[in-house]
Amino acid sequence: MLDFKQLIKECKELAFDLNFTRAKRWKEEAPGRVVVGYMPVYFPREVLHAAGALPVAIFGGGDKKQVIRGDAYYQSYICHIPRSTLDIVLDGQTAHFDGYIFPSICDVIRNLSGIFKLNNIGKFIKYMDFPQNFLPEVGGVFYQQEMQHVMHYVQEINNKTVTTADLNHSIALYNKNRQLIERIYEIRQHYPWRMTIEEVYYVLRAGTVIPVEEHNQILEQVCNHIEQNIGEPQDKVKVVISGAFCEQPSIGLIKSIEEAGCYVVDDDYMLGSRMILGDISATTNSPLEAIAHAYIYQSQYSSSIYDVSNPKENRLAEIAKKRGADGVLFASASFCDPSLLDAPIFQKAFDKMGIRYIAFQFSENINQYKVIKEQVGAFSDSIKLWEDESVHIS
Amino acid sequence: MKSEVKKENSMILQKEMIEGLFNDLANAKANGRKVCYTFVPGNLSELIRTFDMLPVYPEINALQNAMRKKSAAYIKEAEKHAHSEDVCTYVKCDVGMLLKGNIGPTGQKLPEPDVLLLSYTGCFTFMKWFETLKREYPDTTVIMLHTPYQENGKMTPEMTQYMVKQFHEEVIPKMEAVSGIKFDEEKLKKHLELSKESEDWITKIFDTTKHRPSPIDAYFAGVYYIGPINIGFRGTQEAVDYYKALYAEIQERIQLGLGPVTPEGEMSEEKYRLVVEGPPNWTSFREFWKIFYDMGAVIVASSYTKVGGVYDLGWRHNPEKPLESLAEYCMNCYTNLNLPQRVDLLSKCIAEYGADGYVTNSIKSCNSFSAGQLAMMREIEDKLEVPVGFIESDLVDPRYFSYSNIKNRLESYFQMLAQRKMMKELANQPSNT
Repeated sequence: MLDFKQLIKECKELAFDLNFTRAKRWKEEAPGRVVVGYMPVYFPREVLHAAGALPVAIFGGGDKKQVIRGDAYYQSYICHIPRSTLDIVLDGQTAHFDGYIFPSICDVIRNLSGIFKLNNIGKFIKYMDFPQNFLPEVGGVFYQQEMQHVMHYVQEINNKTVTTADLNHSIALYNKNRQLIERIYEIRQHYPWRMTIEEVYYVLRAGTVIPVEEHNQILEQVCNHIEQNIGEPQDKVKVVISGAFCEQPSIGLIKSIEEAGCYVVDDDYMLGSRMILGDISATTNSPLEAIAHAYIYQSQYSSSIYDVSNPKENRLAEIAKKRGADGVLFASASFCDPSLLDAPIFQKAFDKMGIRYIAFQFSENINQYKVIKEQVGAFSDSIKLWEDESVHIS
Repeated sequence: MKSEVKKENSMILQKEMIEGLFNDLANAKANGRKVCYTFVPGNLSELIRTFDMLPVYPEINALQNAMRKKSAAYIKEAEKHAHSEDVCTYVKCDVGMLLKGNIGPTGQKLPEPDVLLLSYTGCFTFMKWFETLKREYPDTTVIMLHTPYQENGKMTPEMTQYMVKQFHEEVIPKMEAVSGIKFDEEKLKKHLELSKESEDWITKIFDTTKHRPSPIDAYFAGVYYIGPINIGFRGTQEAVDYYKALYAEIQERIQLGLGPVTPEGEMSEEKYRLVVEGPPNWTSFREFWKIFYDMGAVIVASSYTKVGGVYDLGWRHNPEKPLESLAEYCMNCYTNLNLPQRVDLLSKCIAEYGADGYVTNSIKSCNSFSAGQLAMMREIEDKLEVPVGFIESDLVDPRYFSYSNIKNRLESYFQMLAQRKMMKELANQPSNT
């Protein structure tokens, strides 16, 4: 067993390995294995796992990849993630991927699926149209059909028929995964000094590029470690970060927030890994229906899901309250329509609810954090130094 | 520019239709009419009419405000309320207008919506837009009709079925509840019959650009031609009559060998025939058009005129299958097609209408159109070896329209077109040797 530091170091390497070496090795370990890349936010990875495929998240190049070719595909006023993704793919760093899935996040990612099609990248390209209708007999059925398409694509490559038992087994593994991740957040809610948000990020992001079985082992080790009484608390305020659900900020920025006087007790960085709240039934005869029901009834709020029957502002306020947060940081990727269009909704509601917040924008390759750090520092100071009592979120 | 704009008869006819609609809207509450806010792509005009509601199109209000130079103030107002500089300017213009009292483009106050009908078609921003409006009008009913994207370049039976189920389970019951009117399928069928007829006419109208000179401009004038079919008149006798009158007018121009009518007057010489991708800029619409006019460039087809429905490939509303037909209509709007389909459609236009070139007007705040345009352009250039041009502007934010930049770019592009034409002519000349 690796010590904690070594474990985090390995997770960091896995998380930012833009050659996706672990996926390549996994594929080579046995014949008939299929690797499928998917764009961020949520995708029901259980389905790919059951079909004998390894789901691998592509979160763009961050500050680790210089964008050259991607700029020829996207105008300057379009967000950063699709261009660095194209650079990764066109440079052959995903040559071992069999197919690609584009969940319905926004217009940019939707049209990125078209660019992949025009360039004949991969054996299959699937735009995964998540239902915006939340009736199980309507949207739920459509969602099951979408998942069946995915399984069909994989089956065309590996000839494997997916059974109910396969799906239930995969669901159980991902249930375990979500439980362990939630455990980390629960511990950090009370003892955020035991593990930094940077370390949490490495651990969660590593889980999106390796088999779930391996990730569950890592998560268990992390939980065991932070269940111990370790570290010293610092005088920091607790915050929740929202808005970075697709394009990811660079590590420097993630670190800066805690260095500027905040403990990040919840976030939407790796939203896809935490999208389903609670378990999905793993013992049914209709596992696809169970996944669809979980999407309909147990999804976390997201800028890419229509929400009028369950307003996002109330859900975020609830998270802030549950975590005992002192405030919320709205972090949106530049030119990210879904996140930026949510901002006025959140801010108007939070003004009414009396929840403190600040907002800033980033891009995945940003390496100048000073302004954001100062902004976050001022936010944290204003709470620590000048407020007599904490604001109660009702 | 000429101070007086020359207007065709059909334009006057259309003006009367639209003024009538805005008058009806201004008096809607007094007359007990229910008001439905909705969007152009995937608009369910026939269904709205079946429930005797009046439609309001927020993006049409935005573009009309831009043409009347009102959008800048509205956008600034929205930005004061935390709306980002980066996002769709239609949304900001609409929100700004709402914050300033919801006075519509004709100067009359727009009624509040009784229902927000979101037929979410090929534009994620629509979804966010109505989430925003729902917060402004908390008591309003929202109907979400999710339209699946044509990811594989086709509408499958299961996609249609999904949408029909939404009509049965969500859309129709909610429309009945709001309007107090029971759904009458026969009434819907009659509207669809008239829609089909309008669609036949508009296809014939846009097909007239095959003539040389082209009797119409299918982009700058085209946006007027699509007005009635896109904003609530599809499915009415009024729309059919308008398109018949317009077609007759165009036929007369063809017989006389005339080019398009523009605000600057009749285009005397057709030097270049172009296909344009992307919406126009509305804040400087006339200046924008004039650049093309001055160069003798006629737009023989545009993707923007297909945003409210693609009829070129033969698809029509079908009264025999009313709900299936509405579903297919939504799925078949231009921005709901995938990129290879869009490339094929534009390639067909370039070939069939004998275009000399292809120009993209990339809109800063419209990702539904803009994301992927460079790849499409490259594909079209490779496939058809047609000269491609690229300019950037915005929908309704005047801060993003740079007249000199656009003019410079287009001038260079037209120089290239002229050179290509000359070389082509030389190559076609018989050799003297």
